[in-house]
Amino acid sequence: MDDFLAARSQMALSLGFHIIFSCIGMVMPFFMAVAHYFWLRTQDITYKNVTRAWSKGVAIFFATGAVSGTVLSFELGLLWPRFMEHAGPIFGMPFSLEGTAFFIEAIALGFFLYGWDRFNPWFHWFTGVVVGISGLASGILVVAANAWMNSPAGFDYVNGQYLNIDPIAAMFNDAWLSQALHMTLAAFAATGFAVAGVHALMLRRGRNTGFHTRAFRIAAAFGAVAALLQPLSGDFSAKDVARRQPAKLAAMEAHFHTEKRAALVLGGLPNEDKQRVDYAIKIPGMLSFLAHGNFEQEVTGLDRIAPQNRPPVVVPHLAFQIMVGLGTLMMGIAAVYFLALWRKKQWLTSRWLLGLFVAATPAGFIAVEAGWTVTEVGRQPWIINGVMRTADAVTPMPGIAYSFYLFTAVYLSLSLVVVFLLYRQIRMVPQLYDVPAGTPEAAHA
Amino acid sequence: MDYVVIAYLYLAILLYLLLGGADFGAGIIELFTSRHNRRVTHETLYQAIGPIWEANHMWLIIAIVILFVGFPRIYSVMSVSLHIPLLLLLLGIIARGTAFVFRHYDAVHDRMQSVYATIFVYSSLVTPLFIGIIAGSALAGYVDPAAPDFLSAYVWSWLHWFGVAVGVFTVALCGYLASVYTIGEATTEADRLRFIRKTRLLIVVAFAAGALVFVAARYEGLPLARWIFGNLVGLTAIGLATISLGLLWYVLARGLTWLPRVLAGFQVTMILLAVGYAHFPSFIRLRNGPHLSLLEQLAPARTIEALGWALLLGSLFILPALGYLYYSFQHVSRPPSPEPEAALPGARTL
Repeated sequence: MDDFLAARSQMALSLGFHIIFSCIGMVMPFFMAVAHYFWLRTQDITYKNVTRAWSKGVAIFFATGAVSGTVLSFELGLLWPRFMEHAGPIFGMPFSLEGTAFFIEAIALGFFLYGWDRFNPWFHWFTGVVVGISGLASGILVVAANAWMNSPAGFDYVNGQYLNIDPIAAMFNDAWLSQALHMTLAAFAATGFAVAGVHALMLRRGRNTGFHTRAFRIAAAFGAVAALLQPLSGDFSAKDVARRQPAKLAAMEAHFHTEKRAALVLGGLPNEDKQRVDYAIKIPGMLSFLAHGNFEQEVTGLDRIAPQNRPPVVVPHLAFQIMVGLGTLMMGIAAVYFLALWRKKQWLTSRWLLGLFVAATPAGFIAVEAGWTVTEVGRQPWIINGVMRTADAVTPMPGIAYSFYLFTAVYLSLSLVVVFLLYRQIRMVPQLYDVPAGTPEAAHA
Repeated sequence: MDYVVIAYLYLAILLYLLLGGADFGAGIIELFTSRHNRRVTHETLYQAIGPIWEANHMWLIIAIVILFVGFPRIYSVMSVSLHIPLLLLLLGIIARGTAFVFRHYDAVHDRMQSVYATIFVYSSLVTPLFIGIIAGSALAGYVDPAAPDFLSAYVWSWLHWFGVAVGVFTVALCGYLASVYTIGEATTEADRLRFIRKTRLLIVVAFAAGALVFVAARYEGLPLARWIFGNLVGLTAIGLATISLGLLWYVLARGLTWLPRVLAGFQVTMILLAVGYAHFPSFIRLRNGPHLSLLEQLAPARTIEALGWALLLGSLFILPALGYLYYSFQHVSRPPSPEPEAALPGARTL
């Protein structure tokens, strides 16, 4: 494995790992705050149990997300020192604000996790809400920094020099809003579906139904609302990418030839040598409409991009299909769930509806990873779009492959341990949170 | 604004050493505690650091963000020349941070606990060792961005006796900070006496490790003594640190909680001040004399301006909240948390 490939793989691995933990660490506090609110308002002890059980999950995910985030702040330099040397002062603003937001999150989490029965209950509840809000803020800020790589702003690039640096303009680059919106909704949808799926599985097994029903409903509501909103933000993002990064749009849509009335390519396997897509379904005019809001408008194809500046096609296209497919699936499940809530209450306890949620447990996170792949691979060969090539940013140190193997082993074992811990948390629910039979709780369940 | 950013950089490093360092020290002490007392030590330390430990490690992130935003060339040179120790430091941070949380949040209490504990204590030792090695390498003058071969570019830049000695000294300081901190958290008189004995031992160890740094510096041909004692500030700082160490030894047995902690923190601050002052504005000494100076490697003015404001405004939120966090969780004799799960076999409380 050559050093450049190893560095890219290590970065992809680290971000791919971090993104899951940070999504959960950023979204779960909101679920907890809702359950906690119900506990304080209704004094239904099961809500308190749900809050406490979730808070242990959050502690595990937050810590893992925090260390993997710390690692990333070093890895940016360890792997891409030439990128950071120039980009640091330009796109550093969101990182310095993110430092504050993340710090506040850590402080608030200390209050929340250790504050049971020590503080005024509403102050304690409020610290949980602060964990969520500051987590969300730090997520948005990090995405704004990534958006800058897609849509560089806040400097003039003259003869290889980065002049007239304006860190504020860099932070509010053209891509930050669409990316932040899409990522935030994705985090809520993915976490909502993942958590709902786990509780749905327990409900199908008939375990601790009072506990799991309450937990399931909170998670499913967040996940379903986000899944229904996500296509709107996806449309906003697609139009934005079409305007800013035609090469990325062409790669993710496998759109080789510039044409009017461009067809949307569903599925299929792009053949980069022959410049065509095999086995695909094509909907004429649809790509023009999705990218520009008009069935006739011309959509730039890869043929307009200089060969040395073209991104790979197969990976972004397939990843994009996976993301959209899973997003559509989750939207469908969300629609069924809302129908059940409003018109068909009997569906809510049916095995098939719970089964749908169980099946969709990993869907959101697979979609998140796929979407991340689209935005990163679709930007290649650039690390700063149109300004600096990824290959020019890599560290001169040889032997990065070994560091990649090391990180693979570490992240793989960490993932296994986290899954193992969650399994044990869930298995302990009956012993920790069971409500004795004969109480009003049990009757309710 | 330049000096505001530089001040925050040093402040973040200092607070990471004091707070994060005490955290590492907790693991180091656990490693050097007999099996018999380990459980008490572990629980006392956990009471002390549990609520605040995540926040303690945020200072490292603040320091690194200031470096890459405000001093991008310094960050980039460090990342390349000190790649290997930074990588090892990161592995330590990953192992320690996750093992700490896993052992407290694993719902089942079984043999896995000793796996987590082992990872936790050894990574608590290794992580500050590499922090010290990296700090020592910034002073030692072996970092060479133009080095011709792999070994001199990526290995001899950090692997030298001075770096190792600073690493050992950092480990000793962390253990010392944590042991002073624990005295005030002891719940029984026997524990308190045990922690005091441990602190006295660690003072001796830290003193010896400090002497080792001077020996190693001499061996490597670094005029460390002249740097530190050759100016009034360094001389005063080290003098004050020595006086407060004597004072600490004297007040240790008096059952005070806060004075020993303040004195210990003061000493570490003075040591950092002496070293930092001797080198300012240099941040990294390069091979054959040149320096990477904080005043010369600053990012463009508008970036520094924005970074400075972000830090100032950020502290308006962070410092009061952090102060209240420390204040809220400082009481030792808190009532045990009346949680239902406490009584259940096999389960543990937060």
